Amino acid sequence: MPTAHVLLPLLLLVACKPPPDERHHMPQADAARGKAAIERVGCASCHAIPGVRWPQGTIGPSLDGFAERALIAGRLPNRPDVLAAFVRDAPSLAPGTNMPAMPLNEEESRDVAAYLYTLGDR
Amino acid sequence: MSPPISTRSAIADALAGWPPPVFDPAGPYAGSITTLAWVLLVMSVVVLGVVLVALWLALFGSKRQRARVGGTKAVWTGGIIFPVIVLTLLLVYGLSLTRSLTAPIRGDEMRVRITGEMWWWRVAYLDGEGRATMVDANELHIPTGRPVVLELESSDVIHSFWVPRLSGKLDMIPGRRNLMRIQADRPGVFGGQCAEYCGGPHALMGFVVVAHRPQDFAAMMAARRTRTVALSPQAARGAQLFADAGCAACHRIAGTPANGLAGPDLTHVGSRRSLGAGILPNNRGTMIGWIGDSQAIKPGNRMPRYTVLPGEDLQALAAYLEARK
Ligand code: HEC
Ligand code: HEC
Ligand SMILES: [Cu+2]
Repeated sequence: MPTAHVLLPLLLLVACKPPPDERHHMPQADAARGKAAIERVGCASCHAIPGVRWPQGTIGPSLDGFAERALIAGRLPNRPDVLAAFVRDAPSLAPGTNMPAMPLNEEESRDVAAYLYTLGDR
Repeated sequence: MSPPISTRSAIADALAGWPPPVFDPAGPYAGSITTLAWVLLVMSVVVLGVVLVALWLALFGSKRQRARVGGTKAVWTGGIIFPVIVLTLLLVYGLSLTRSLTAPIRGDEMRVRITGEMWWWRVAYLDGEGRATMVDANELHIPTGRPVVLELESSDVIHSFWVPRLSGKLDMIPGRRNLMRIQADRPGVFGGQCAEYCGGPHALMGFVVVAHRPQDFAAMMAARRTRTVALSPQAARGAQLFADAGCAACHRIAGTPANGLAGPDLTHVGSRRSLGAGILPNNRGTMIGWIGDSQAIKPGNRMPRYTVLPGEDLQALAAYLEARK
């Protein structure tokens, strides 16, 4: 089968941990717009976020190195689609969490996720 | 319909953007100040030009030109008579242009008392006799198209009230009442900033003015007076916590036992554009972040941090305050 010839090397590629940008591929999302959205809605009133100078709130965890994190909030897989949904409406994905729903639309939440995936520890 | 809500901080609105807010007046009082600023700018450019030409002549001119620039006549006309005339004219012009800003109260205007506090603003809407009819904080609502008289006071140190697109700066001085007029010609949200260093988080002391069309303004104020607040179970728990956690000692919420005066009035906090005196957008997240640890956001402000409260209590308090429209 020709497809197997194509897929096999691809599988090997996936297995060898590419850098964060490729692992968290997000088509059409824009990290710069995401940072602007983060500043506009005030995520940093609860989180220290690299690249956002002020404020650096203490209610939520620091988001430094977030791209390397295996789980979101210790319970959800750290995948682009999950993260985009989480930053917008955390309580519906993680009942009981203290991270509140934030006023972002779908596009903005993908941008925000794209920004968070620039926060590697390279 | 109220104007769109700006989620940028009031301070960014007041100071940043293009054209710079100081050159982008939104009403007649700010307009007269902008005119004056342009006149001064043009005058100083002209004078600078004259001085540079004289300097050039003094350095590189012919012998005759050098003698003329240094002669008694040149010193008398260019150094004494010219400045005296120009500066006197400018003074008269400037004072007449800005006189209307600080004219005494006529009696038929809308009056609001704004008191500077370290590091926020107390707002009281006044009736014709100067009695407070509604108390609020950090945000002022005005109708468009008519002057509003602000009575500026301070309860501690000197602050300065400044909403660049609506008026100039005027100091708030303890023990004094300074009058200032503002007017917005069209609906909008206008940011302000304390313009006199008042210690600690002075740089984080912003202000918001919201201008509504007259009929919208009247409807909004009437709705505020008559609104009854329906509380969800979570918000009701928040109301209980507000008393138990000691918030009520510093904050007033009209119609409840909470009657504290050390902090901003929270009767209408749920409808504010901003939190922390114009520095954060107002949403569930920033509300929790502020209540839980305002010291991380506005270091040195006079509200203690509440890191002892568990997350669900913070959520309940935020739900309660959000409902106070
Ligand atoms: C009220 C404070 C608050 C605000 C505002 C807030 N968060 Fe959170 N956030 C939290 C808390 C608390 C957690 C931990 C949640 C948990 O573990 O259940 C969290 C967790 C997270 C996580 C997972 C962190 C990890 O280490 O797993 C991400 C990502 C995140 N928040 C992003 C955001 C973004 C983006 C915004 C703005 C749109 C935002 N947060 C606004 C409080 C907040
Ligand atoms: C010791 C007095 C004090 C106590 C107790 C207190 N606060 Fe405050 N609070 C303040 C002051 C002062 C400010 C204004 C801070 C600033 O902007 O500089 C403030 C600001 C606020 C604001 C922002 C208001 C606005 O318009 O920006 C909220 C919301 C608030 N407090 C809620 C609470 C809650 C909820 C509690 C109880 C858990 C509480 N406060 C307890 C003094 C207090
Ligand atoms: Cu100040």
